[in-house]
Amino acid sequence: MAKRFLRWEWLLVALILAMTAVNTRLSPFFLDSTNLLRASSDFLEIGIMVLPMVFIIITGNIDLSVASTLGISASLLGYLHNAGWNIWAAAGLALLLGALCGLLNGTLIAWLGLPSLVVTLGTFSFYRGLAYVLLGDQAARGYPEQFTYLGQGRLFGTQTPVALLIFGVLALIFALVLHRTRFGRYLYAIGNNEDASHYSGVPVRRIKLMIYTLSGLVAALAGLILAARFGSTRPDIGSGLELTVITVTVLGGVSISGGKGSMVGAVLSLLLIGVTRFGMGLMNVQGQVQGVVIGLLLILSILLPNLGRWVATRPTFDRNLLLRVGVPLLAAALFGWFFFWSRGLALAIK
Amino acid sequence: MAQALVRFRELGIVAFILVLVALVSLLSPAFLSLDNFRDILLNIAILVIVALGQMLVIITRGIDLSVGSVIGLSAMMVSFTLVVFPGLPLPLTLLLGVALGATLGALNGLIITAGNVPPIIATLGTMSIYRGLIFLYSQGSWVNAFEMPEGFRQLAKAAPLGVPNLILFAAAVVGLMAIFLTYTRRGRDIYAVGSNPDAARFAGIRTQRVIFTVYVISGLLAGLAGVLWASRFEAAQTNTALGFELQTVAAPVVGGVNIFGGSGGVVGVVLGAFLLGIIQNALTLVQISPFWQLAAQGLLILVAVVFDSVVLRRLRRGRT
Repeated sequence: MAKRFLRWEWLLVALILAMTAVNTRLSPFFLDSTNLLRASSDFLEIGIMVLPMVFIIITGNIDLSVASTLGISASLLGYLHNAGWNIWAAAGLALLLGALCGLLNGTLIAWLGLPSLVVTLGTFSFYRGLAYVLLGDQAARGYPEQFTYLGQGRLFGTQTPVALLIFGVLALIFALVLHRTRFGRYLYAIGNNEDASHYSGVPVRRIKLMIYTLSGLVAALAGLILAARFGSTRPDIGSGLELTVITVTVLGGVSISGGKGSMVGAVLSLLLIGVTRFGMGLMNVQGQVQGVVIGLLLILSILLPNLGRWVATRPTFDRNLLLRVGVPLLAAALFGWFFFWSRGLALAIK
Repeated sequence: MAQALVRFRELGIVAFILVLVALVSLLSPAFLSLDNFRDILLNIAILVIVALGQMLVIITRGIDLSVGSVIGLSAMMVSFTLVVFPGLPLPLTLLLGVALGATLGALNGLIITAGNVPPIIATLGTMSIYRGLIFLYSQGSWVNAFEMPEGFRQLAKAAPLGVPNLILFAAAVVGLMAIFLTYTRRGRDIYAVGSNPDAARFAGIRTQRVIFTVYVISGLLAGLAGVLWASRFEAAQTNTALGFELQTVAAPVVGGVNIFGGSGGVVGVVLGAFLLGIIQNALTLVQISPFWQLAAQGLLILVAVVFDSVVLRRLRRGRT
């Protein structure tokens, strides 16, 4: 098992190197420490949320509400700031609210035994909705400089973002907890067999409660950093980030069915997605089109190993198989042809 | 017994809807009018169509997060085609959307069954990919009402039978789906695969083919919904139906479709979508800030699952 993890992480390293090489050839601005460090800011909030997501997915659960928790916490910060509160008191309450959001998720999942997908889908709407209720169509801005330092500040006259230090320290702590403590072993145990863990004396419910609360707290921290970086808060802040967070986690080799994964893999995967996105950004590829590449990476990272294993079993290419695979692929080819043909005609007219 | 329980499950939603209707009509007399009822139905028609496909997927223990992007891509490609061929007959226009959606669904199904990728990962990936394809396709441009042929714009709105076509489309899909799920072997197979995949395989059901089929149907319905969406809102934009997948999951979940697979039905999904529609409509009528809408929707999902778990489970235990 350990051997397979290792192989996955080397594959990520190879992909990062390949992507770096391609980007360096394509853009002279890519391999520049100032640019790279500045660009890293864009991924630190995501990276921070990935850390507890690794815990949660290893136990075989999921948290779709992280970006909404980020949103509601940042919105509370903005709301209190607008009301004239001291920024640090507001930040403290925002963190508390994040933890409470996580606690609610955890309670419904651990104590009522509800599926995490549905619960966090509900709180995904609920928390984001409350963010809109708090701020409405207003934006909060004018945060004091000591606070925006959290998102915009650089360390000791270098270009290193303050948030990078926060992420680094947190990543180290989360990695140690996952791989060097009993708590970490319990997470894998729950992911492999929840019932067996329960009967072996693992406090399954308490652990689930803890990781969801932690996820909420960390999402609130990411919200503070994001609000500080933008220098303002709108209620839609960070919406959609949950998908990137989950993509990074799964691409890092954390199995969605639980029980497998490592913190090193998740951090490498963050680096890979960061390098890929930054490179495409330099080449003026639109954000949504970048999504095509990220989506492909996500699917291929699971599809290709599966295909490899399948080919190793020396399957027979009978008529049934050819039909099952061939017909959809033929349809896809037709789709592709129609895609470009109609696009060309229409764009010529428009 | 099981049948009675399923019926009871939907009774809960019916009761909830009745209480809500009574409450809102007290606060706003305009609520209980035929016009308002038609408005609600118009607003949920597209949701019902897509949520029924989502229901099939959920019954097989899967999830299809790509439907919002399929709607957007279908709406954009069909609208572009109409810019080039304004004379395209309506049946062909609908067929085009259906075919495009079915193809995208088949790709999902292929990745999930042949590639053995978990549904949530596969459709999370294709959600980004299909959404990105909309941008690649349109170069970020929109199709506006004035670029669409008059006949197409009337497709959803016109009411030759007294009821807007859009509602008729939804009703037809509901009817066909009910027959398919209840009376055909393929339909029953879907429940079998969802309740116990191993047992289904031993019983001779080709589980992989069933799973492939539900993703094709989900895509097909989303493709159809894309055409109707473009016609109803008289526009195709790059962000058409962005985030819509969550509502399509919410309707079945609120309607008692078990997320662990194996149970749920057409009636529940329609009621779930109806409840979502009523809440949206009521918030406007009672003049609660529209900013509450999203929060109310989320709260409704939570209340539905908690109610289902705490109250119904206890009742069931008492009965058996």
